[in-house]
Amino acid sequence: MAAPMLRGCCLGRCWALACIDSSSRHGRGAATGFTSSGKRGQSFVAQQPLLTAQKSRKGEHKWAAVVGLEIHAQIASNSKLFSGSQVHFAAPPNSLVSFFDASLPGTLPVLNRRCVEAAVMTGLALNCHINKKSLFDRKHYFYADLPAGYQITQQRLPIAVNGSLAYSVCVGKKWRQVITKTVRIKQIQLEQDSGKSLHDELRSQTLIDLNRAGVGLLEVVLEPDMSCGEEAATAVRELQLILQALGTSQANMAEGQLRVDANISVHHPGEPLGVRTEVKNLNSARFLARAIDYEIQRQINELENGCEILNETRSFDYKLGFMPEPNLPPLLLYDTASLPAGADPQQVINIDRIQEQLPELPSETREKLIQQYGILPEHSFALLNEVGLLEFFQNVIKETRAEPKKVTSWVLNIFLGFLKQRNLAVNESPVTPSVLAELLNLLDRKVISSAAAKQVFEELWRSKGKTPSQIVSERKLELMQDEEALERVCHAVMEGHPQVVMDTKRGNPRAINKLIGLVRKVTHNRADPTVIKEILEKQLSS
Amino acid sequence: MLKGYVPPYNATVVQRLLDQGAVLMGKTNLDEFAMGSGSTDGVFGPVKNPWSYSKQYREKRKQKSHGENEDSNWLITGGSSGGSAAAVSAFTCFAALGSDTGGSTRNPAAHCGIVGFKPSYGLVSRHGLIPLVNSMDVPGILTRCVDDAATVLGVLAGHDPKDSTTIQDPGKPFMLSSLTDVSKLCIGIPKEYLVPELSSEVRSFWSKAANLFESEGAKVIEVSLPHTSYSIVCYHVLCTSEVASNMARFDGLEYGHRCDIDVSTEAMYAATRREGFNDVVRGRILAGNFFLLKENYANYFIKAQKVRRLIANDFVNVFNSGVDVLLTPTTLSEAVPYLEFIKEDNRTRSAQDDIFTQAVNMAGLPAVSVPVALSNQGLPVGLQFIGRAFCDQQLLTVAKWFEKQVQFPVIHLQELMDDCSSVFEIEKLASVSLKQ
Repeated sequence: MAAPMLRGCCLGRCWALACIDSSSRHGRGAATGFTSSGKRGQSFVAQQPLLTAQKSRKGEHKWAAVVGLEIHAQIASNSKLFSGSQVHFAAPPNSLVSFFDASLPGTLPVLNRRCVEAAVMTGLALNCHINKKSLFDRKHYFYADLPAGYQITQQRLPIAVNGSLAYSVCVGKKWRQVITKTVRIKQIQLEQDSGKSLHDELRSQTLIDLNRAGVGLLEVVLEPDMSCGEEAATAVRELQLILQALGTSQANMAEGQLRVDANISVHHPGEPLGVRTEVKNLNSARFLARAIDYEIQRQINELENGCEILNETRSFDYKLGFMPEPNLPPLLLYDTASLPAGADPQQVINIDRIQEQLPELPSETREKLIQQYGILPEHSFALLNEVGLLEFFQNVIKETRAEPKKVTSWVLNIFLGFLKQRNLAVNESPVTPSVLAELLNLLDRKVISSAAAKQVFEELWRSKGKTPSQIVSERKLELMQDEEALERVCHAVMEGHPQVVMDTKRGNPRAINKLIGLVRKVTHNRADPTVIKEILEKQLSS
Repeated sequence: MLKGYVPPYNATVVQRLLDQGAVLMGKTNLDEFAMGSGSTDGVFGPVKNPWSYSKQYREKRKQKSHGENEDSNWLITGGSSGGSAAAVSAFTCFAALGSDTGGSTRNPAAHCGIVGFKPSYGLVSRHGLIPLVNSMDVPGILTRCVDDAATVLGVLAGHDPKDSTTIQDPGKPFMLSSLTDVSKLCIGIPKEYLVPELSSEVRSFWSKAANLFESEGAKVIEVSLPHTSYSIVCYHVLCTSEVASNMARFDGLEYGHRCDIDVSTEAMYAATRREGFNDVVRGRILAGNFFLLKENYANYFIKAQKVRRLIANDFVNVFNSGVDVLLTPTTLSEAVPYLEFIKEDNRTRSAQDDIFTQAVNMAGLPAVSVPVALSNQGLPVGLQFIGRAFCDQQLLTVAKWFEKQVQFPVIHLQELMDDCSSVFEIEKLASVSLKQ
């Protein structure tokens, strides 16, 4: 029996009973996108029987959850972090592997400048302090997809620390109220990605693809300032948008460019924090919130039943510590004040210059939209939430005289609705911004009615090549411009339906709509309902 | 572990030599993964010191023992780069490359009567050098005379973008000047290096060398490197830790030996590594893993790093006080017979034999072993000069002067003598290469 999902959680204390069906409970790592605790790459689900709704509601008011995140973002660079092999998604297996990536003896790491710049940009965008000196370490563990037996990372002294990420949660009725929350960023570090291993159970073998081994990653560690799956998912979404705006990572979760591990614990408010468990390798935005909430609920259930929370990752945590990476000297960054005189610009990185050249961040973009076009905050979020949608919107605005509010409404409701229904991306839309702009112009000039416009839009979507004006004239959708003729029609309809007229005069609010409907029918929907109403009211009162 | 492995690329040092027209004659034997001080623990068997067959040694032995099988008591070369030392010593090539992490180039050079040069850390690229201890390894140069070593260094030294620990300067070939006046030189003799285990012969040569400098006008003073006694232990902690880390990549997956077991990845790793590594290597990996354990890391690894800093500072302080070059023994004694050497295990031997050489690696300094004279048994003894960081040229200049003074004899190998007797009549010095 499944329990209902609750949304719109209370601030500061968030609990949700996740809706679980049997397939997701026994999910394999790759398919559903999450593994809980346990070994890397293997799926491990808490062996917890699904509780009935009644049982899980016991004592629910007394719990608070605490969620921290470790986010791995693949850096958008041409070559890997320490070697010159290329970075490409979905290339043939083991076709992008240099001698260093394959850990051939005698090969040495050489740091990729672009990756360092990406780390600095991201650190600055997240209000971090950039460490002018940072160090590289080796983290040892044995796994088939880690050829060297260790990963080069930055444990002791990472490149950026102590930042913050602001995100907004929509609450209240119809999620109209926007609240800004902040999560602290503990650190950002550069590290190597591992290869991929595919377990072929049928033939009892493991296939290793090293294309991804050595690709540069930014690990962003978010402190446990979040309290539920929704907050975590929103924070991740905002980070995604920031990374995409900076160009430092494409941050596409489906392609594995953004991976999230969550640390979750529950406690009673006022008491110390509980034992943490890790939910690893979340690579689907949709599943992230649900998986976290499920784990929160699982812990609550365990504790309420008198059990203890076990941190299973500890057992896998390979016991070797970190060792400094001896082949890489400390990474030194400069600002304008500390830049050595006569330094070769190819060999040094100036933090100040990078700060100056930072592109506009999503929060700034949203603010500008609100200021410039007077749209609502939640609409500014929606516009940035879809790839290419903002650009589409801005292109439409450029070519139309219609009000921004109108454009927003059309883009977010009708246009986006059509896209979603057909599972298309913005760049796959058959309707271009110019075409939509033309349509809106017709609407703005009152050449057609709102209803007619929607019809035209549907037609535009189906058949390419036709302009809105063409469709309008083909289907004779122009609004009647002749007001006198309309007055005659109204008069005729009133004459033909005296009972309805009586009702209207008696004050029945719905009666007038009936009259309007009748007039529209006669005019084949070519009259503007607002004008019809005006004429009828004038005629009724006379 | 690397049986049958053919590397798909050239090390930078090899490539630079090839680019200058060098002819690569072959690869030489060594202790497995350069772990050892005898060149006795390689997969292809132990290396024999050419001096075992020299007239100088044989004649001395005839006087002592009778009716002994000529070949049964051959001598070790020292190690770990013993094969390279033997090759140069036996006139098979102009020069050979070795590695030096704790003395692996200088030690066999001393035992084989040739020049063994360890450059400053960061001067010569390690790209292509299978790492033992990344923070201490350097490629070593083995030649028959100091000028030849300088020639090779001139080709090899300088920035390599593929090795992030090399210096920025590009480096260029140079000629060693011939020092005539050593009166401005200050030679330091570290008192802690006078250990009881030092053979009286080597001690005597060391003393004579110091006197030689003094009599030619140089200032010779006793100096102190106070942390010397800690260096062996410190070296072993850091060395085994880095080894454990560097050897983690040998899992049989991507290259090299892979065992037949395919039950699971873990089982495959375990069997491959057991089969592919000898006891010495496995021992060091286990030790290193111990030191790298989270609960041990601070007490062992970090402490050893701190001690390393102290040791390096000892040298800095001495050089800052006006000393140009340090003079020490290279080895405790001359080469010993193989049968005697193997009575102790590898680790014990390494601890003993590295005593004069490994502190230099921890400090990253340049050092060179120069053959000084033959022992009573007719075997070569070498002495070591240690220089300031990146003053390799100056160091070699001093070494060249010393080499000219001592006139170390050419090895008399019967086969060579038969072929090139005329050469040896004219030349007393060891090099049969370019002569100014």
